[in-house]
Amino acid sequence: MARMTYAQAGCMALRQEMERDARVWALGEDVGPEGGVAGQYLGLQQHFGAARIVDTPISESMIVSAAIGSALLGMRPVAELRYADFALCAADEIINQAAKIRYMLDGQVRVPLVIRQPLGMRWGMAAQHSQSNENLWIGTPGLVVVAPATPADNHGLLKAAIRADDPVVFMEHKELWLETGDVDESAEPIEIGKALVRKVGTDISLLSWSKTANTCLVAAEQLALQGISAEVIDLRTLWPWDRDTVFKSIQKTQRILIAHESTRVGGFGGELLADIAEAFWGQLKARPLRIGSPRIPVPYSKPLEDICRVSPEIIASAAAVLCNPPPLSSVVKMSS
Amino acid sequence: MSESGTPPSPEHVLDLLQTMCLIREFEEAAGTALAAGHVRGSVHQYTGQEAIATGVCCHLNLSDYVSSHHRGHGHAIAKGVSPSRMMCELFGRQGGTSNGKGGSMHIADFSQGMLGANGVVPDGVTMAVGAAHAIKMQARSEIVVAFFGDGAMNRGPLFEAFNWAKLFDLPVLFVCEDNGYSVTLRTRDVTGGPPAVERVAAFGIPVSHVNGNDVLAVQQAAGDLIARLRSGGGPQFLHASTYRWYGHLAHDKGFYRDALEVEKARQDDCLLNAARWLTQHGTEVERIECVREAARQQIALAVETALKAPFPEVATAFTDVQDIGSPVWPG
Repeated sequence: MARMTYAQAGCMALRQEMERDARVWALGEDVGPEGGVAGQYLGLQQHFGAARIVDTPISESMIVSAAIGSALLGMRPVAELRYADFALCAADEIINQAAKIRYMLDGQVRVPLVIRQPLGMRWGMAAQHSQSNENLWIGTPGLVVVAPATPADNHGLLKAAIRADDPVVFMEHKELWLETGDVDESAEPIEIGKALVRKVGTDISLLSWSKTANTCLVAAEQLALQGISAEVIDLRTLWPWDRDTVFKSIQKTQRILIAHESTRVGGFGGELLADIAEAFWGQLKARPLRIGSPRIPVPYSKPLEDICRVSPEIIASAAAVLCNPPPLSSVVKMSS
Repeated sequence: MSESGTPPSPEHVLDLLQTMCLIREFEEAAGTALAAGHVRGSVHQYTGQEAIATGVCCHLNLSDYVSSHHRGHGHAIAKGVSPSRMMCELFGRQGGTSNGKGGSMHIADFSQGMLGANGVVPDGVTMAVGAAHAIKMQARSEIVVAFFGDGAMNRGPLFEAFNWAKLFDLPVLFVCEDNGYSVTLRTRDVTGGPPAVERVAAFGIPVSHVNGNDVLAVQQAAGDLIARLRSGGGPQFLHASTYRWYGHLAHDKGFYRDALEVEKARQDDCLLNAARWLTQHGTEVERIECVREAARQQIALAVETALKAPFPEVATAFTDVQDIGSPVWPG
């Protein structure tokens, strides 16, 4: 077990997989001597050479196409797109090609491909460098979507993504690169599609992923001070999402709050809540709730950007209301 | 494979004619089947352009690769994909190259090195460059040929592909089949500055021009470029002028074109040009007619096979989507 950052954990995972399998290669802008936008490739080109850790031109379409084309011929590429925002430059190649080739060709070939595209805000990077577009990929049949929240998960899930035979959209979070945690260097890959119960609780299920899952943990501490026991579930894999773990938790707590950094409108929380509402109709003690950012481009200035942040306080206060609804008389008084 | 530089033998040209006839007959049958309701969606017929796929692919080994585009039947046939399996695919039947899951624009056969037609311009080209990148990493000796039309020359990712191929010195032959049209618009009318193909030289990629209606000229030019490619010469570019006899797709009657222009192009028929060469070089007309008849029969049989083939089981709509999170057939 070693203490390391989220970026270092990702770097170690790729290094281990490249040592294990000569077919694995990585390509993207500034992944060579620069070591990637957050140091997540640091030292890898020196170790594996410029033919396997490939610095590329600013050509997102070609980065993904080269990865796909090489996968068709038996390689196992890791395509680095720097920011999820720039993955939109290769949305065609990801959605029209990577996700569909196996299907359109009736299984003649598979596209084992990892598309790394860090999502979310990064302290004032403004509207074109702050997006949480995971729903775009979740809504695309053929893709697996992973969003780790901790160094250990970044390590274990990246290893699993590289070993998967499916195209995997791997969404690290831009504000987690420097977060530290304990990582077992010899850990096996973490099974994709399995959520993690980060904190056990009995009163309400807080469901989230990526950085907001960590925010939910802080919210749970605040709720504990109020005598509310919150269970925190980190989805980790967005597609396929772990229905068993989520449903088991809701059966226990009978309350559900979903929080995410992406916009509330059209966010994945809506899809999850719809499934939960269909399954738990009439069985919940409080209305199911989702929290996301407002449907505005992420602004630059701090007080404006903060409007888009789902804070522990927002989550905790909403959860507290679900667990301790104001007495009916007070509601009547307020509305009269 | 034929040796470049040596004069072609009539036997070899008869082989080329046979491939061209197969493509011609396939496209005619596909159009008929579409009109009859056996083929869904539409088909983009390659009719008139047969000499290009034929003259290029005759230099390729089974282990070499081609990638294609929406007008891809000709490249598939020239690379050795079974016309019968292709016709089954067009008919949406079991036994098709994708057992009915892909259709005309997604015909591929990895056993023949056919990486796939493609519904998006110019994604077949960018992925072909990726395949060439893999070949280089794997230190293999195969080459990749990427076919595309002149319409693709105004798509940004194609320029990323040219730069990438040159930067990494990849074994890829770009073949631009210039039929003059970007769907219904003349490419020259939607291109700023000089003809789009003149941009390629700026990437440092050698460009050869050829009459795409002359299969022997294509064969000669492609042979030279492929020889350079195989000897480590880096990416090459072949620009072949031709004409698309029909509309962009079979439903398109092409009313935006001048009738005289079409008629003139039809007189410069690559099949007739090859047949003329053969008769001038001592081949009996009967032998030429035999080749044509054999192609007609083979395609008629392909249609018959497709008509008899069963439709796929509905449950197969749920297979080969993905391993992790595979959808479940509700039936």
